[in-house]
Amino acid sequence: MIEYSWLAIAVPLASSGLLLLLGRRSNAWGHLLATVASAASFVVGLLVLLEVMGRPVAERVIDVPLYDWLPAGDLSVEAGLRIDPLSLTFVMLITFVGTLIHVYSIGYMAHDRARRRFFAYLNLFVAAMLVLVMADSYALLFVGWEGVGLASYLLIGFWNFHTPNAVAAKKAFVMNRVGDMGLIVAMGLLFATFGSVSFADVDAGVAALSTVNSPMLIATGLMLLLGACGKSAQVPLQAWLGDAMAGPTPVSALIHAATMVTAGVYLIVRSASIFDAAPTAQLVVVVIGAVTLLFGAGVACAKDDIKKSLAGSTMSQIGYMVLAAGLGPIGYAFAIFHLVTHGFFKAGLFLGAGSVMHGMGDDVDMRRYGALRKFMVVTWLTFGAGWLAIMGVPPFAGFYSKDKIIEAAFVGSGWQPWVLGTVTLVGAGITAFYMSRMFFMTFTGKARWVDNADLLGPDDRRPVRHPHESPAVMTIPMIVLAIGAVTLGFLLSLGDGIVGWLEPVTGHVDHEAHPPVLPVPVIMGVSLALVAVGILLAWRQYGRNPVPITPPTGSVLTRAARQDFYGDAVNEAVFQRPGQDLSRTLVYADTAVVDGAIRGAAEGTVGLGQALRKLQNGMVRSYGLMILGGFVLIAVVLHFVRM
Amino acid sequence: MHYLVLSSILFTIGAVTVLTRRNAILAFMGVELMLNSCNLALVTFSRVHGQLTGQVMAFYVMVVAAAEVVVGLAIIVSIYRARRTVSVDEPSLLKG
Repeated sequence: MIEYSWLAIAVPLASSGLLLLLGRRSNAWGHLLATVASAASFVVGLLVLLEVMGRPVAERVIDVPLYDWLPAGDLSVEAGLRIDPLSLTFVMLITFVGTLIHVYSIGYMAHDRARRRFFAYLNLFVAAMLVLVMADSYALLFVGWEGVGLASYLLIGFWNFHTPNAVAAKKAFVMNRVGDMGLIVAMGLLFATFGSVSFADVDAGVAALSTVNSPMLIATGLMLLLGACGKSAQVPLQAWLGDAMAGPTPVSALIHAATMVTAGVYLIVRSASIFDAAPTAQLVVVVIGAVTLLFGAGVACAKDDIKKSLAGSTMSQIGYMVLAAGLGPIGYAFAIFHLVTHGFFKAGLFLGAGSVMHGMGDDVDMRRYGALRKFMVVTWLTFGAGWLAIMGVPPFAGFYSKDKIIEAAFVGSGWQPWVLGTVTLVGAGITAFYMSRMFFMTFTGKARWVDNADLLGPDDRRPVRHPHESPAVMTIPMIVLAIGAVTLGFLLSLGDGIVGWLEPVTGHVDHEAHPPVLPVPVIMGVSLALVAVGILLAWRQYGRNPVPITPPTGSVLTRAARQDFYGDAVNEAVFQRPGQDLSRTLVYADTAVVDGAIRGAAEGTVGLGQALRKLQNGMVRSYGLMILGGFVLIAVVLHFVRM
Repeated sequence: MHYLVLSSILFTIGAVTVLTRRNAILAFMGVELMLNSCNLALVTFSRVHGQLTGQVMAFYVMVVAAAEVVVGLAIIVSIYRARRTVSVDEPSLLKG
């Protein structure tokens, strides 16, 4: 089955092409075909997974060559698939969560006239994401990388008749290009150094290098990190993720929470050999992860838009993963572990948010929610499971994965473990606060809406809503994801668990030999205590006390966080304005110098022609005189030259 | 030596005729005069140096002149048919 693993990519790709080509003719059954294609992809992935699991541990990394792709002189790139525990973990996550979200979208997009196109894009995304994770070289990975970027662009701007959505899509695309540049430069560096961009050759090449931390490796690592930052919305390329929430909610769940935004983490773990040989680059990775972790958490605390708050949370959780990936071999497996559990509970939370919006007339402002528990029992329960999972409350999934990262952050010597450990612990506390805030504002307290317009008093800003539970086609995926959020952490820790499963890729690490600087029970206790404090603070402010429907002014910090800590303003001041000035200067220089030179040449030629045409008077005799004069002149000159 | 002086005089007369006369046929005759003055000079040089080259050149010039007369007269005739004039100043179609 392994040699047929390309089917997992081909099926959704073919379905996507079919739906786009057939157009309106496939409106009636397009969504079903797309869902079946995604499910077929999952089945292929599952069969490959079972076959790989049947192999001995040493033979679990398989390269499946497909065809000669770019035979260009020294650079010969073969298109091939890398089937190993890491890629299979991703394949399972993408196809399983992807299929659930396809199912959910059948209900969520039921009233959208362009539903078939939406499913075509979703299929395109699944295919591109699978190319990204199954590629056996950076070049093919880049194809998937750009593919998911395209799908993300198309889906963020799906409702592009609304201008802000189109702008958000463009913003995401442009910011992703910045990261893509990093990936291209990294590929160039790898080719210049190792003469190849395939994972196998690069790994072998790095292993053969005798120097550690060579400038080339650091540069490559930093460029790869830039690519990862763009795709995973890490500081300083974080500003697009919040706006990306303009897309339909299933898109936010699949692309901007569970799968695509974690591609950066995948890239770092896949490039483990490079980062392990460049500790300086690794340090930068850790710092970026830590900064984003707090940044995203801060944003999530202040936003009243339920999806933007979740986007901040995603940023923060990916910060955890990037931080873990930056810790080196000790953290790679934990990064992927958290990635998988996060994929489940965050997708579940987004689907829950979508379900709430579905029942509340597409309103996203949490200040106009409240007391929805009675009206949406399933949504309440599944959202609750995701809430407990992301906070890391035992025995929910987040507890297993996030606590491992916190413990790993405390491993090391010098200042690093203390700073990183503290950041991850504080992050856990803030996570508990903002997730509880979201939960309480949405599901508990008093209703900040009315179901009958007659109840509205004068100056009453409450909206009229008729909340209702979503149909089964939407709630079933939410239930499945909630089950994952509850059990996945425990299931993936059974026996060797996911850490042992990933060992052929991430390497074997004896965790006993690297004890954290604090005893594990202390770390766990502090972490749980901070989570409890976070929940209590949120309960005090948003659960027990009434939530004002107009947001209070808030402190300086709150106002800054509402503005994404002025990320857009910084981009505008540092890049956009100088960029505009630069392009204006260039336009001026172009008009004055380049165009001036060309126009001058043209005018000179015309002027010369005007002067010369006077000689062409049409008088044959004057031509004869000129010939004679010229002849005499030549004769005289020759005469004098001879002398 | 006198032959050369005669040749120069004939050439000058021819050139002046070409440059001053408006009538195309007269101008044409001037051209012929210039060609034949050249022939005279060539033959003279041939005699002075005791070589035949100059005479051969003169024959060439005659042949070319004959061809030129044919073409030139044909042009003049066709211009006359089209424009009813043989003045060289009238047809100034190529004026820039």
